Amino acid sequence: MRKLLKTHESYIAVILIVFSLIVGIINPKFFSIGNLFGLLKSTVVTGIFALGVLLVLISGEIDISFPAIGVVSMYITGTVFEAIDFSGPTILAFLFSGGIGVLLGLINAAVISTFRLPTLIVSLGTLSAYSGFVLTFIDTRIINRLSEPVVVYSKLAFFRRTMESGQIAELHFSFFVYLALAALTALILRYTIIGRGVYALGGDRQATKRAGFSIKKIEYFIYCYVGLLAGLAGIIHSAHVRNANPFDLVGGELNVIAATVLGGAIIGGGRGTVHGTLLGVMLITVINNSLILMGIPSYWQRFTTGFVLLIAVAIPQIGSVKSIRTPRRVRS
Amino acid sequence: MKILSNSPIKLPKTKDNNLNRLIIISIVIFVLMAILNPGKFITMRNFRSMSYSFPELGLLSLGLTICMITGGIDLSIVGTANLTSILAAKLMVEAMPENPTSAIIALYIFLAVGVAFIFGIIAGLINGYLVSTFHIHPVLVTLGTWQVFSGIAIIITRGYAIPNLPKPFLFVGNGRFLGLAMPLYIFLALAIVVAVLLRKTQFGRSIYFIGTNATAARFAGIRVRKMLMRAYVSSALLASTAGLLMISRTNQAKADYGRSYILQAVLVNLLAGVNWHGGFGRVIGVAIAVVTLQFLSSGFNMLRFNNFARDFTWGVFLISIMIFNHLMNERKNRLEADIAGAKSVE
Repeated sequence: MRKLLKTHESYIAVILIVFSLIVGIINPKFFSIGNLFGLLKSTVVTGIFALGVLLVLISGEIDISFPAIGVVSMYITGTVFEAIDFSGPTILAFLFSGGIGVLLGLINAAVISTFRLPTLIVSLGTLSAYSGFVLTFIDTRIINRLSEPVVVYSKLAFFRRTMESGQIAELHFSFFVYLALAALTALILRYTIIGRGVYALGGDRQATKRAGFSIKKIEYFIYCYVGLLAGLAGIIHSAHVRNANPFDLVGGELNVIAATVLGGAIIGGGRGTVHGTLLGVMLITVINNSLILMGIPSYWQRFTTGFVLLIAVAIPQIGSVKSIRTPRRVRS
Repeated sequence: MKILSNSPIKLPKTKDNNLNRLIIISIVIFVLMAILNPGKFITMRNFRSMSYSFPELGLLSLGLTICMITGGIDLSIVGTANLTSILAAKLMVEAMPENPTSAIIALYIFLAVGVAFIFGIIAGLINGYLVSTFHIHPVLVTLGTWQVFSGIAIIITRGYAIPNLPKPFLFVGNGRFLGLAMPLYIFLALAIVVAVLLRKTQFGRSIYFIGTNATAARFAGIRVRKMLMRAYVSSALLASTAGLLMISRTNQAKADYGRSYILQAVLVNLLAGVNWHGGFGRVIGVAIAVVTLQFLSSGFNMLRFNNFARDFTWGVFLISIMIFNHLMNERKNRLEADIAGAKSVE
């Protein structure tokens, strides 16, 4: 089992390298420091969302409400901090946005766990309800004047270098935030009881209960954690684009799910790793951002995302046709 | 439990409960909207406008019903509808020769409808093949094909609308026959076809069986793969018909039309009591549910709610209905357990 998983992730890594080489040959600009740093920055928001999606997929469910949680958290933070003309530490803006995310995650968890309803349909409802809520009860305008700490954050970058072409190449701090959150998620999944519970829940619900896990606790943890990540991704996105747009993010859920599935997480639960997800996110970002570098018009993007998703979900199945004979086991 | 569900008295009764509940919800919403919009809601004009707009959603919902009965889902219906209708529009508008005679127009319309159905079948076969042969989760398959189909639609149109369809074709979506809207006839006819398909044919009985227990169905000799393929093809064909209705009614084909229909179609099916685990669902329920949603939507329009408020309400409505159904089912199960307990004591 271990070997098979290893091959899946190394297999994605190989595709990533081969694809990058092809793009690089067509357009050598791909390998410029500026472009690579840019790519790393654009994996951040998708990646943080994907870490949350990973947890839900491992637990055997599908959640699509996370972009709405991100938007609501980001927009409320933007509105409130604009109104009070906030100028305290940046971390407070992050905590505020993350906190709203946790609250919305809590609503998801309460509905899903109390009434034992399928996450997909609940989150289809909450997706619509959350983004409708912001647009109806808060505002529909785009906030261009972000609070001071968020602006400071948006300029926080390392390895600043001026290229020969005069462009500035820099690696944004967000990338390290992303890595830290990925490490945290990996630690939780690997070394904590609740993390093992998430895998167990995706493997077999009944067995998890018999083994003494509190399913309620696991579910509340998953959806609150997803909410937290979505809230953080929202505020980071807002800092990256330097505005808070209530129409943003929603509609991008499929891209994130595709990245996570590409990274080896399986719908149906029980399997998935953080490093696989990082690779999947990287691959899908490279594919999406390189279409333009390769001279393919941007209206091909939607088709490409869908196609990559289908390929990504079909390939493990071709492999598992063989492994069906031997019973599947949860990776421990 | 098993004995109970076989007992001749219990089964039809629970079915009626579901339908009765739906009818009550429907009446409540109708009355509420009539009170909130005095003199506007109960008018011939409103009924007429409603009878033009709900059949599209109705057809999409019926397709989803078939897939949900098998225990799957088809999220690609809107993508299929848009892609097939764009291909049809392309043929009718751009391939049409100059100054056509009415016979040529008729021929092209006929061809365009044929093209829409052929590509609908292809779309359904792709979904069905990936679900039944590759055993990929239907949610993922149809999320992917939704993107692929609407992606192709965007590539074909480059994001622009295709306007000015031939006049006779517009009759399908806007015309009237014996005082009633054409789309209404199409919806009623197809609803009856689907009802017969589900109740009276081997295909229909098989997919209920598959949705209840796929493994048992396979051992019972049902060709699961074939039946699943047929289910997804039926759904895609209904979606193509809905797509043709859409372009005929709006007189233009657009790649991103009706994105919100997917949430509404799921909502209609849940309201109709179609079981998302598969194995249960009735056409009459879907028909009543889609009309109910239309009452709600028209009523909101008259109250000058904006679209965002409607999104919010529908999201909340969807979750409330799920919770309500869950509580009702739990009560039913408890009652059944009580009866079973009483029987075992006897």
